[in-house]
Amino acid sequence: MEPFKTFESKTVVLPVDNVDTDQIIPARFLTVTTRGGMGKNLFADWRLDPDFVLNQPTSAGALILVTGENFGCGSSREHAAWALVDYGFRAVVSTSIADIFKNNAVKNRLLPVEVDANTHRELVQSPGASVVIDLEKKTLSLPDGRAASFPFDGFAQHCLLNGIDQLDFLMQREDAIRAFEESSPAEPA
Amino acid sequence: MTELPSGKPLTLFEKLWERHLVAPATTDHPAVVYIDLHLIHEVTSPQAFDELRSRGLAVHRPDRTFATMDHSIPTLFDGDEPLFADEKTRNQVETLQRNCDEFGITLYPMGDARQGIVHVIGPELGLTRPGRSIVCGDSHTSTHGAFGAWAFGIGTTEVGHVLATQCLLQRQPKILEVRIDGALARGVTAKDLILAVIREIGVDGGLGHVIEYTGSCIASLSMEERMTICNMSIEAGARAGLMAPDETTFSYLEGREFSPKGKAWDEAVADWRTLPSDPGARYDKTVAIDASKVEPMVTYGTNPGMSMAIEASIPDDAEEQSLAYMKMERGDALLGKPVDVVFIGSCTNGRLEDLRMAANILKGRKVAEGVRVLVVPGSQEVKRLAIAEGLDRVFRDAGAEWREPGCSMCLAMNGDGVAEGQLVVSTSNRNFEGRQGKGSRTILASPLTAAAAAVSGTIVDARKLMDQD
Ligand code: SF4
Repeated sequence: MEPFKTFESKTVVLPVDNVDTDQIIPARFLTVTTRGGMGKNLFADWRLDPDFVLNQPTSAGALILVTGENFGCGSSREHAAWALVDYGFRAVVSTSIADIFKNNAVKNRLLPVEVDANTHRELVQSPGASVVIDLEKKTLSLPDGRAASFPFDGFAQHCLLNGIDQLDFLMQREDAIRAFEESSPAEPA
Repeated sequence: MTELPSGKPLTLFEKLWERHLVAPATTDHPAVVYIDLHLIHEVTSPQAFDELRSRGLAVHRPDRTFATMDHSIPTLFDGDEPLFADEKTRNQVETLQRNCDEFGITLYPMGDARQGIVHVIGPELGLTRPGRSIVCGDSHTSTHGAFGAWAFGIGTTEVGHVLATQCLLQRQPKILEVRIDGALARGVTAKDLILAVIREIGVDGGLGHVIEYTGSCIASLSMEERMTICNMSIEAGARAGLMAPDETTFSYLEGREFSPKGKAWDEAVADWRTLPSDPGARYDKTVAIDASKVEPMVTYGTNPGMSMAIEASIPDDAEEQSLAYMKMERGDALLGKPVDVVFIGSCTNGRLEDLRMAANILKGRKVAEGVRVLVVPGSQEVKRLAIAEGLDRVFRDAGAEWREPGCSMCLAMNGDGVAEGQLVVSTSNRNFEGRQGKGSRTILASPLTAAAAAVSGTIVDARKLMDQD
């Protein structure tokens, strides 16, 4: 896997709280058996509205989606992360991001960035602003040069920066897993 | 009481966590935790099997992996022939069959006596048991926590991790105690209670937490009621909901297909008795709810936190975008609103007790003209038991459609959808925009409220109908 690098992009602002994964990718698009090509159905129903932010020419090419709190709540469908990545997003910025979505995002190299309320307000008020996200320093830099730091799981950060695959990491624990199974306090199957 | 050498009293969750640690967390990595039971279905597994194939990996513990078909399968058959919505859903179902054959996984396919919604069949089969760690590529895996199991939803990449290693990398979550004392009033159900809880703590109130439900009310509930509550923990943002196992739990499980038998059963029960939180165990947060104050609840907006007592009016601070979608206004009452569709089913309210509640209202009555009512049992076993009691007749005689088990209209990817703009009273768990079909408008409610709406053709307080019985 390729190491994750610092990047700069303008933002797209979708100032809606509690955006659930049914909005990100409606269930009728879950009848697939592969993960590719989901971007065309990202926010499918909201995109029917010509005023929707992703339909604005100014949104083209943005890699960063700024959105309201509790983003990605609801269904565990990883298709939501696949759709965002396939569409071109590399980071989602909010004040809070739902747990399962956050986990799915990281696995797909989509950064879940949780910033403080002030930084968030600034981002919401300046759609299209150019922002730099530095995963190594865990900072998001605003156009005025101010850098807001964000929390990020240390292990996930390490994996992304060094191109480490989490399944490979688990596979290397095979001995510990077998030992656990042999001496397990866990119940039999 | 289980105590560490330090004598620290532990919560139920802490005990479950300790039991499943293959490797504790270090400064370098999260804990590696063992998964006792992995449930899979057709929608969130195909890409995980592809990943195994591309890496040349086997399923590490096929004996701990069980599959069923629920999300995209039709609920209508022509004889034995399932009437798939389209070729894609058929392909998804056939793909699961092929993957299970190839990797040696037990599958309960359509028509099998053990098939059903994954969160309904796990408990029914005795696969869901106290003390276990359980995952599924589905957020309502929280349901199984009603048994004192640590159960949570995962994405497809992690489905692959569990298939390959039977383990996951996990950070220890915080614990939110939701203490519910008091008794539910007549006509108030577990569904109303969990809707009230979600409204109280908010749809993000459980982020980063496991919820342990405690208190005298929870202890008095049946397993099916407990499952309804744990099921919707995720709607408050909590990946897992938990309840202490007790005699109700043990008697539900005794004699089920996969439950331990004989001496093993006695040993298991003795072990399960050590699981409940110790007196003095510390929670990160506690919220108290008085069950006796809970009224029948309905949602008016587009997330499960936007709910109110059925007799109330939509609050003045209700979010405008949601109301615009729902074609409702602040100050509106829901009582008297005409409904188009009623859905009774899902992993929240598709079990036998739920069907009984609905049937009690529908018995001797007719579905109101112009209302479409779909009753979908949560599993083949629920269907069998319901038929044995004659509930299917009650539904059919009233004019409802009695379907084959599956998720059906809960997420409407199998063709059982609500038409654009229609208002549906649903016993499921999500009233998100378009959840039950593009443009569908969902009111979440209990089986009692749903059945009452079916009969009246409008939103009505089921207690009024119960008084007439
Ligand atoms: S019934 Fe609904 S919520 Fe439950 S598993 Fe099926 S789709 Fe998900």
